Amino acid sequence: MNKRRVVVTGLGALTPIGNNIQEYKQGLANGVSGAAPITRFNAEKFRTRFACEVKGYDPVDHFDRKEARRMDPFTQYALIACDEAIKDSGLNLESINSDRAGVIWGSGIGGLRTFQEEVSTFSNGEGNPRFNPFFIPKMIADISAGYISIKYGFRGPNFVTVSACASATNALVDAMTYIRTGIADIIISGGSEAAVTEAGIGGFNAMKALSERNDSPETASRPFDKDRDGFVLGEGSGALILEDYEHAKARGAKIYAELLGGGMSADAHHITAPHPDGIGASKVMENALRDANLKPQDVDYINVHGTSTPLGDVSETLAIKNIFGEHAYDLNISSTKSMTGHLLGAAGAIEAIASVLAIEHQFVPPTINHFTDDESFDAKLDFTFNQAQEKEINVALSNTFGFGGHNVSIIFQKVTD
Amino acid sequence: MSEIAQKVKGIIIDKLGVEESEVTPEASFTNDLGADSLDTVELIMEFEKEFNISIPDDQAENISTVGQAISYLEENIK
Repeated sequence: MNKRRVVVTGLGALTPIGNNIQEYKQGLANGVSGAAPITRFNAEKFRTRFACEVKGYDPVDHFDRKEARRMDPFTQYALIACDEAIKDSGLNLESINSDRAGVIWGSGIGGLRTFQEEVSTFSNGEGNPRFNPFFIPKMIADISAGYISIKYGFRGPNFVTVSACASATNALVDAMTYIRTGIADIIISGGSEAAVTEAGIGGFNAMKALSERNDSPETASRPFDKDRDGFVLGEGSGALILEDYEHAKARGAKIYAELLGGGMSADAHHITAPHPDGIGASKVMENALRDANLKPQDVDYINVHGTSTPLGDVSETLAIKNIFGEHAYDLNISSTKSMTGHLLGAAGAIEAIASVLAIEHQFVPPTINHFTDDESFDAKLDFTFNQAQEKEINVALSNTFGFGGHNVSIIFQKVTD
Repeated sequence: MSEIAQKVKGIIIDKLGVEESEVTPEASFTNDLGADSLDTVELIMEFEKEFNISIPDDQAENISTVGQAISYLEENIK
């Protein structure tokens, strides 16, 4: 079967380093850190008291009070990013075939704040089960895709993928597949997360997954640095309009890049720790390259998962060397989580966007906060430390790995004709 | 307007995001004030919380307008 080509025709972002695509791109180019003391709740008693929050966010700037009350922040973030992406795409919602337009969104957790608040209210009460009728439809992760479809009238495939920190990348791979195989012509994809809550910080703290560098939040996310001590929790959303190439061309759409391929794999090893030899991470990049019909030498930039945890950064680097061989020294590697923090289920969305922007603007966003070399990493690898680099980028690969051992990689290519 | 009526109107304005002028005694939650079935459940719960009473389901079903809510509460709050 001839596979249809899938292109990106619209972008939207709400991130800790910029509240729209333009600001996000600036933040990436300038190596801005989004980390700061937590404002969403009183974190005094928590081991980690900082995070990468979305800045200057007030729901009433975007929604009327009733709407805002019915939506968990992760859904609000989703709608804001989608709004930007839809406008950016120039899609005429009146003239498209809405039965062939879908929404495939990603969220690792869903409405964590809603869950926490409703269950707390119950626990603190006298045992009367007085749950708010909006509790469930506000909390469930898939409601984001529901709201997006309602807003734009998209009646095609509609669901949310859940694979922890790989969720949004899984959504993008699914969306690509559905367009390729002719099930849909247009899909809004991406992901959102809003887990900077007591339960989110407390839960990840208990796993010792988070950086505890409270005296210097902005330098805490330091992937590949010798003194990295865990990830920094982020929040926000990224949206990409994926479209059949012929459909996009016929309407004269701006095409950012082609989503050339995707791969998936599982570590089948441990619930949270990556396989020490990077077996799943190797396999997923291999799968993505095969799907994209590319050779390792074709890749110019890898936006790594690189969360700044002691183990994860090592196994991913091993995998890159394993798959790319000598070419690993020629390509650029960077972890934009050094700037944005880790957006969990939305990470794959904003990192896919970083990869697309790298192709559009021909630059490599940096891995900031590099202070001390770690001898466990091959010094000949270019991690793009501290400064963005101008570079000719035709192909960018983005990795995301989730708790549970889920691995997903996607590959974007510049569209020349 | 009674204190109860004022509180009821306040809750409706807050939860349904409507203007005070729309909240007339005849106004139906669903037909006039844009409420869906979940909103109406939430309204009843808010009335129960505000006035510290319990409204049985079979009686809650009969409360579909602003006026019905006010008279039910005025009759049942001691």
